[in-house]
Amino acid sequence: MRKITKALLGATTALTISAALPSVSQAAELTLCWAAWDPANALVELSKDFTAQTGTEMKFEFVPWPNFADRILNELNSGGKLCDLLIGDSQWLGGSAENGYYVKLNDFFDKEGIKMSDFAEAAVNAYATWPKGTPNYWALPAMGDANAWFYRKDWFAKPEIQAEFKKATGRDLTVPATWAELIETAKFFNGKEIDGKKVYGAAIFTERASEGITMGITQALYANGFKYEMTPGKYDMDGAVNSPDAVKGLEEYKELYKCCTPPGYTDAYMGETLDAFKSGQAAMAMNWFAFFPGLYKDENVGGDKIGFFVNPKGTTAASTLGGQGISVVANTDNMDGALAYIKWFAQPDVQKKWWSLGGYAVHNAVLTDPSFKDSQPFAADFLVAMNQVQDFWQEPSYAILLQAMQKRMHDYVVADKGTAKEALDGLVSDWTEVFKDDGKL
Amino acid sequence: MTARFRLSGRAVRPDAPASRFLVTPVTDTDTSLMDKAAAKAVRATPAPLAFRVRGLSDRSIAWLFITPTIALLLAINIFPLIWAVYLSFTNFRANRPNAEINGVGLTNYQRVLNDPDIWQAMQTTAHFVFWTILLQMLIGFALAYLIDRKFRGHAFWTTVILIPMMLSPAVVGNFWRFLYQPQIGLFNYIYSFFTGVPPSSFEMLGSVALSPWAIIIVDTWMWTPYVMLICLAGLRSIPDYIYEAAEVDRASAWRQFWSITVPMALPFIMLAVLFRAIENFKMFDMVVLLTGGGPGSTTEVASITLKREAFESWRTGRASAFAIILFVAVFGLANIYVKALNKVKQR
Repeated sequence: MRKITKALLGATTALTISAALPSVSQAAELTLCWAAWDPANALVELSKDFTAQTGTEMKFEFVPWPNFADRILNELNSGGKLCDLLIGDSQWLGGSAENGYYVKLNDFFDKEGIKMSDFAEAAVNAYATWPKGTPNYWALPAMGDANAWFYRKDWFAKPEIQAEFKKATGRDLTVPATWAELIETAKFFNGKEIDGKKVYGAAIFTERASEGITMGITQALYANGFKYEMTPGKYDMDGAVNSPDAVKGLEEYKELYKCCTPPGYTDAYMGETLDAFKSGQAAMAMNWFAFFPGLYKDENVGGDKIGFFVNPKGTTAASTLGGQGISVVANTDNMDGALAYIKWFAQPDVQKKWWSLGGYAVHNAVLTDPSFKDSQPFAADFLVAMNQVQDFWQEPSYAILLQAMQKRMHDYVVADKGTAKEALDGLVSDWTEVFKDDGKL
Repeated sequence: MTARFRLSGRAVRPDAPASRFLVTPVTDTDTSLMDKAAAKAVRATPAPLAFRVRGLSDRSIAWLFITPTIALLLAINIFPLIWAVYLSFTNFRANRPNAEINGVGLTNYQRVLNDPDIWQAMQTTAHFVFWTILLQMLIGFALAYLIDRKFRGHAFWTTVILIPMMLSPAVVGNFWRFLYQPQIGLFNYIYSFFTGVPPSSFEMLGSVALSPWAIIIVDTWMWTPYVMLICLAGLRSIPDYIYEAAEVDRASAWRQFWSITVPMALPFIMLAVLFRAIENFKMFDMVVLLTGGGPGSTTEVASITLKREAFESWRTGRASAFAIILFVAVFGLANIYVKALNKVKQR
């Protein structure tokens, strides 16, 4: 009988311990979800310090960009527990805040002395607040980013090309300062044979499925004074979204696509743009600043061969916003651990190391450092871009708004359907229906 | 020769071997393998179980076996269908768990049916289904007819022809995406070799005019073997003596083809059409991998529109209405077609 009692006790203890073990291991572990790209690797390196300091093991779930929104939004909508921390797109803030997917961080920031005034204002507004610009914080600015350009500096420097360009255009071959110059330069290079290889003018975003073509086209639209509303906050889009300036911007983007992109370039986003440039096919290309450290290090096209420039002006100076904030997922089982990571990440020293590893810190301790501008060949451009960024809708219905724009823009630019005015009029109609459904109109 | 067994009905000891009290051979001539196997199975049935089952009728036992299947069917198919019908009359959005769900009557159906983009997607789907079926039937039947001649090496060539069908659509999609690449793709080079047109001067996947045909070519390449197999089964089901009788009647090969081969293989051909039509009506993966529905919305078939509405725009109510409309359309058409198929079979 004693033997049976002992055996039962032993079994009960073993069961209790084994049941308790998962929660013990969970407490010492955090999963951070983000897109799979160059800065994610830098974050893995950076997070080793957090593990060393706290003993919390960091796990990462990195999803390729084309599937990032699908995968992570499905996870949030289904109440999944995959992510404790999420570096999500700025456009997700509205929906994630209103649906209770993110933890509101105001009290935590106050308690820990984390000040949003320590971060660049544009970044705070874009990556942390909902409603936009209000002091309601749902994330800590994690990764500043904007859409910008890079070019083959070595080709631009060739005397024979410079002479030819001067002869053809009557001006010196320099980095394009306006959209008109950008198109002119792209046309000049397109089809030219350089180093025995046919090259093309520019590699730009044309991707249909996720957000690619919208992120590319808004570079041209914002630069031409595109606005989402006539009166901010009123959702009165007619006359703003389809203004003559917006039509001009859209037509310029299509002109650039038609004249100067490499063959088969009908569905291209970040990866394809990088491929076109790295393989020596494109004289110029657009992409996010996040890729610039990797491009600069590239053995074939980096170093002295590459130069960078901010989005050229149209009627105004503007750039399309990228970048993200880091949020605590409300569904996490490890709230304390997740908040501890945010607290650690907000420290100026950590932010400095983040920049040095290739992440785009937007902490003032980094940006206002006198040595910042010279720390990387694209650092000065990053500062300029971050001061002129504009973002897409951050509304809870952003996904429908984005899909409508993807369709209208791809139909017009790539499939040659209708005119620019018709495309933008159609977009106004689509967006109006969305805001009516939301009760905002 | 047929071995029959009956249950004895006598009271038994729990430890007694099952064979001693459960089974009494009616005949001792149970020599076939099947009979021996059946007898062995009966002997192996544990006595308590045999007792419990004995109290149930055949109908009850049948229900016992099919209940799990019916439960699964209800849970996985029927309940979601009813739920989707319910959602189609609401403004529900799967990404707004905190929002109030309101009934919107027939608004979702009205919007779907009045949406020119959805009609465009339906036209694209119809174009894709029509041409793929036509090409697959013609080529598939022709291949089956050739293979049925049983020439030397026909088994080898049958296997070779079947290879595309064995591949995953994901592999096929990526594979053809490379083949169609205007700068390095083999397809463009082969076309260029025969026509002299520069390979990078046309884009199979990026051109509004060519992209629908690029997808039709890939689907035809992949699924013609499947049609061929079904047609081959049809051709091999035709008894030789019918052809021999036709030969005796001096019927020409042409006459034999149209009076014997086609009518007798027709039920199989119609079945192949049904399978391929249903499959291609909901075609998704290959189109996504090849063109993603582009350029613009040129190759956006109905399933892609539905996916975008449901899981990218998250308008669940509206997507449900579209799904129900598609379901009713496919179900209705398939029913009409199956009736026609039955008539052909009864001839």
